Parts: sequence; structure tokens; C-alpha cells
Amino acid sequence: MYLQRTKKVLIGSVLAATLLAGAGASGVASAAARSVGRPHALKKGLKVFVVPKNLGNSYFTTADSVKTGGALSALKALGESGAETSGTTDTPASQLPVIQADISKGANALVISATDPTALCPTLKRAMASGIVVVTYDSDAPTCRTLFVNQATAQGIGDIEVQILAKELHGQGQIAIVSASASDTNQNTWIAYMKQELKSYPKMKLVSVVYGNDDTATSTTVTQGLLSKYPNLKGIISPTTVGIAAAAAVLDTAKYRGKIQLTGLGTPDEMKKYVQDGTVQAFALWNPADLGYLAAYAAVELASHAITNAPGQSFVAGRLGRYKVLPGHEILLGAPFVFTKANINKFNF
Amino acid sequence: MSTLVQSEPSLQAGAAPGSARHLVDLAYRFREHGIVAVLALFVIATTAIQPRFLNSSNIKFTLLNATIFGFLALGQTVVIVSRNVDLSVGSILGLSAYLSSAYLADHPGTPIPLVFALGLAIGLVCGMVNGAVTALGRVPSLVVTIATLYIIRGVDTVIVGGREVVANSLPDSFLSLGTSTIAGIPVITIGSVVVIAAGAYFLRNFRSGRELYAIGSNPDAARLAGIAIGRRVFGAFAFSGAIAGLSGVMWAAYYGTIDSTAGTNYELQVVAACVVGGVAIFGGSGSAVGAAVGALLIATISQALYVLGISSFWEQAIYGLLLLVAISLDRAIALRLTSALRKRSYQQRAA
Repeated sequence: MYLQRTKKVLIGSVLAATLLAGAGASGVASAAARSVGRPHALKKGLKVFVVPKNLGNSYFTTADSVKTGGALSALKALGESGAETSGTTDTPASQLPVIQADISKGANALVISATDPTALCPTLKRAMASGIVVVTYDSDAPTCRTLFVNQATAQGIGDIEVQILAKELHGQGQIAIVSASASDTNQNTWIAYMKQELKSYPKMKLVSVVYGNDDTATSTTVTQGLLSKYPNLKGIISPTTVGIAAAAAVLDTAKYRGKIQLTGLGTPDEMKKYVQDGTVQAFALWNPADLGYLAAYAAVELASHAITNAPGQSFVAGRLGRYKVLPGHEILLGAPFVFTKANINKFNF
Repeated sequence: MSTLVQSEPSLQAGAAPGSARHLVDLAYRFREHGIVAVLALFVIATTAIQPRFLNSSNIKFTLLNATIFGFLALGQTVVIVSRNVDLSVGSILGLSAYLSSAYLADHPGTPIPLVFALGLAIGLVCGMVNGAVTALGRVPSLVVTIATLYIIRGVDTVIVGGREVVANSLPDSFLSLGTSTIAGIPVITIGSVVVIAAGAYFLRNFRSGRELYAIGSNPDAARLAGIAIGRRVFGAFAFSGAIAGLSGVMWAAYYGTIDSTAGTNYELQVVAACVVGGVAIFGGSGSAVGAAVGALLIATISQALYVLGISSFWEQAIYGLLLLVAISLDRAIALRLTSALRKRSYQQRAA
């Protein structure tokens, strides 16, 4: 349940943030760059606590740990004192006491994925009032943070999925979408962007949108229904991690492998088998390690007063390059990350 | 209680000697005819609208989706005929699916029969808990198994945490169980049909099987007749648990990605399959074959909705409506045949 819920919340948060900020792109900085490129201007020895939704969640382990190049690796490289702290379950009741403990330990900055903005806000506001920098990543708490590090925009997600499929199908053929539930705001927004992007590929025809309700068995049945109903189907997009794994399992037979292309949003662990055996060529998500790394970097920049959270401020985030603060006090990680046979084995989440 | 009148053929059919007429009677009395007729009608109607419904891959998909429910329905039938119900099967399936596949993922060399044995053992333990509380504690099984539904799912969630078993960590020989076929029929379907046939034979012809019907028809009379009710009910739950445990392993092989949500909400679909298949919900009547055909009908209906491209906003309502129609039709056919049989036996007596 935890992972499932995490995914949904995480995907929901992307949407919320996108709606707040409007679709922006991570801009290359203007001449306004101040202390950037001079890491010595950043303070060392800052106490930065990284607070994922819960511990033991492989998605957040990837986002935070030193080994994967996540948040703690950025803090280590900058000479800060960083630690990953959180509760064991994905609930505000488990996360809140940890945040309060971090504050009383003298935190200079918190990097948080919010389990529930409403429950966390009073505490986070008090922290900000006492000068602590609060950076949210993955899941936002829009009214009570200094900066939000957004992993992707709704348009970015919609576009990349159509582009991957268009490349695989050489821009032609019948395609279908296996979504989550019919009432899911985030999936529906992505699908709307997909339809818009599809206008650039007039020979690709969207014949059906079906709903697997983020349930493995239902997603399997609806995918089978598509295959039976549309004998000329050439491609499927599933913008949900449960749906794409179920659809991949259905297509993973000699009859369909390589003949029907599948892409969408998935996690590398679930998709590894299907990418390695050729059922799926490429799918998208963001790189959680980059997300954590960027969030930690931004937190240190803010806590060192090297930048403020005002739109237009910019800084260089180590290996990721330059980022600019967008309206709505957020920065955007960039285009979604595309996983293929060449890179999938580097990821474990 | 007309269900009692048309209860089980073997109870009544033994009286008449093996004449040609007796065979006709047997055919009439075959309780599943109604549901088979409904299934045939449904397939014909759907195929007329969408001919691709009867192509080989769609038949395979439908059989695969029906298999796990048909198999679970065998265990459920054994419980329901004894005037009990087992609502914990979905949770047992989930626990067994995760534990057995996680074991296989950690020990890749494990022979597959051993994985099934592990799933069976997990299910058996859960089923024995259900049986013990129901039989010894004299607690209504509805209450007991609602409780274990949550307890087992809770334990599953704690054990699994945020993890999952992914297809990449399972051997191909295991995953191919869920997709490979012999003569167009999926391997797990063939295996399940064999077990269901054996289970149906046991229920029909073995003393302990018949005693379950007696308990379900009239518990007081069964007790007076010297039937060990507690032991039989315990056995029924243990059996249902073991079947759910085996189903978990099949689920894992079929879907390939297993987290703590496997089998959620399956219990109601399984009970629906039994009822559609003619198993009386208050016990005493019904067969495992009927329940399996019921599961097949339900899987066919849901597959047809997707193949026909019914809008998903309507899906659930239409699904429920079709179930209602199927049950009513089956009921109408059954009642008509019962009265025909009764008329015939009056005529025989008069002659």
C-alpha cells in the first residue's frame, strides 16, 4: 500500500505544483547570477535534515542516499552535516514528530516531502519564522515552504510519452491509453496534453482510453480487451506505474512482443524484465536521485543566503547545471527522465 | 426453500434404476444447465456484435481471468454448503502471493512445486485459524472471516512494507505458468480444472462431503444424526484457506508484479461466482462445478464489456445488471425444470 499511495500522492503533487506555477521550463540563468559558481560562498557545516515521506521506501532511498547521488551526496560534497530522518509509515502522524525533533536539534534547513500539507503546515511555518529554510521536494506543501523543487510539469509528462511512442511507431498507427481511474485529475490532465501533442502526429490515431483503476487485475483485463477489440493496435501509453506494469505483463508473449509498443510512466524495478526482454523499449519518470540532489543544493544555497526564493534568482546545482527560481517559488527539475535498456540497470526503486 | 427440492442429484437419483429415462432425468436434474445456457446465450450475443470476441487470444484471456476465481470458488463452495462463508480468501491470496513469490525471488533455484507447497501451507494455516475460531468458538463465520480479512491484510501490509516482488526477480519458468498454453488452453486453467473436478467429486460422493450438505441444510438435524459438525466445518475452512493459498501462487505467476494489495476485494467476486453458479448462500445446496461455471460467466461478462468498448463510467452498473439478469434467468430455468420434474414424477406415480 505504501508504495502505491506514495506514487499517487507524488504524481498528484506534480500536478498541484504545476497548476500553481504554470508550465515553466528550467531556464538558463540570466546575467543576474550572483554567488553562483563560487561554492566557497556557501556556508559549510550547516545542519540539513532530509525528511522523505517515510523510511524504507525504495523511491526515497534513491532520492536521498549518497550511493545513488541523491540529496545526501550533495550535502556531503558541499561539506554540510546532512542526515535522512523520517517515520516508518507514510503518514503525517509518523512524519511530524521527526520534523519537530529535527527543529529542536538546531536545523538550518529542512528538505521535506510532505505527507500532508495541512497537518505539517503549522510546524513548518513556525520553523520558517525562526529562520529555518524549508525546501519541499516530490510532494509540496504550497503555503508553508521557502521553495518547492518540482520534478516535472504535466505538459512535460504528457509530451514525452507521446514523443517516445511516436519515435517507436515512426509516427503512425492506432494507439490507445490505459489510464488509472476515469476520475483521476492528474492522469486526465496528462491525457489532455497527450491529445494536444498527438496533433503533431496526424497519422497516429488514438482509438480508445480505458481505465485500469490502478489495480493490477483490472488493468490486465482492460489491456486484454484493447488487444481483442483493435487487431491493428500498434501502441499503448499507460501514464500510471500500476497500469504500465500490468500491460507489459500482458504483452510479454511472443505474439505481441515488439509488435505492439508500450510506454508510459513506470518504475525501473517493475519494468526491468520487460525492458530487458524487448517488450518495452522506453518509458519515462523523473530521476529521483537528481530530484533529491537538486533539493539539497537549493536548501544549502538558501540557508547560506547565497540566493533568495524570489523568482528569477539562479544558482548552479553541481552536476545538474544551472537552475532558476520560477514564479510560485519553485524550481523545475527538467524534462522527465527516459529509461531504456541502456540505463535501467543503474536504478533500484 | 425450493433450493432444497432441487438440491443434489446424487441424493435422489439413486432411487431409479439405470434406464434411458433415468439418464434424461439426470440431464434435467443437472443443476448447472441454467448457468451453462446463460453463458452460451451471452457468448453468442456478444460474438454477434463483436466477432473478435471468439478469437483464440480472447478466449485465452477470459479463461486466465476466470481461473483464479473458479479455483477460489471451489474452496468457497465447500464452506458455503455448510452454511458458512469465508470472506478472508482475498487476503489469504495476497499474503500467500507475496510470501511465496518473495521466497522464490530470494531463492531462485527453488523448484516450482515447492513454491506451490509453500503457498498451500500459508493458506492452510490461515484457514485453520478461521476454522478453529468458527468451530470451537462458535462464532458466526461471517464475523470471524471479516476480522481475519483485515488481520491477514494488515499482517501482509506490515510484512511487505513499501516493497514489491517484480517480474525481473522471478524465473521465466515460473512466469510462463501464467501465459503458456496446451492446445490453446492456459496451463494454470488445466491444473485448476483437475483440482476442481476432484473437489466436486469429493463433495458429491464422499461421506464427509455429503455431511457438509447435511450440516448446511439443517444443522440441528445433522447434530442429532451424529455428524461431527465442528470437525467438518473446521475442515471446510482449512480447505478453503489452502485453496486460497494455492491461488496466491497462481496470481503471482500470472501478474508478475506483487505488492501488498494482491487479491483486494476478491472475496465478494468469489461469493458472487458461487451464487451465480447455483450455490445456495444459506447452505445445503450447490456444486463446485456450478461455482466454476459461475466464475467463468463473470469473467466472460467483464471481458465482454471491455471488448465491446462499453464506457467505463457505465461498466460497473452494467456489470451488476448483467449479473442480476444471469441469476434471474438461471433461476427461471431451474424453477421451470423443477416443476417439470415434479409433474413427471406425479405421472410416474399415477401410472
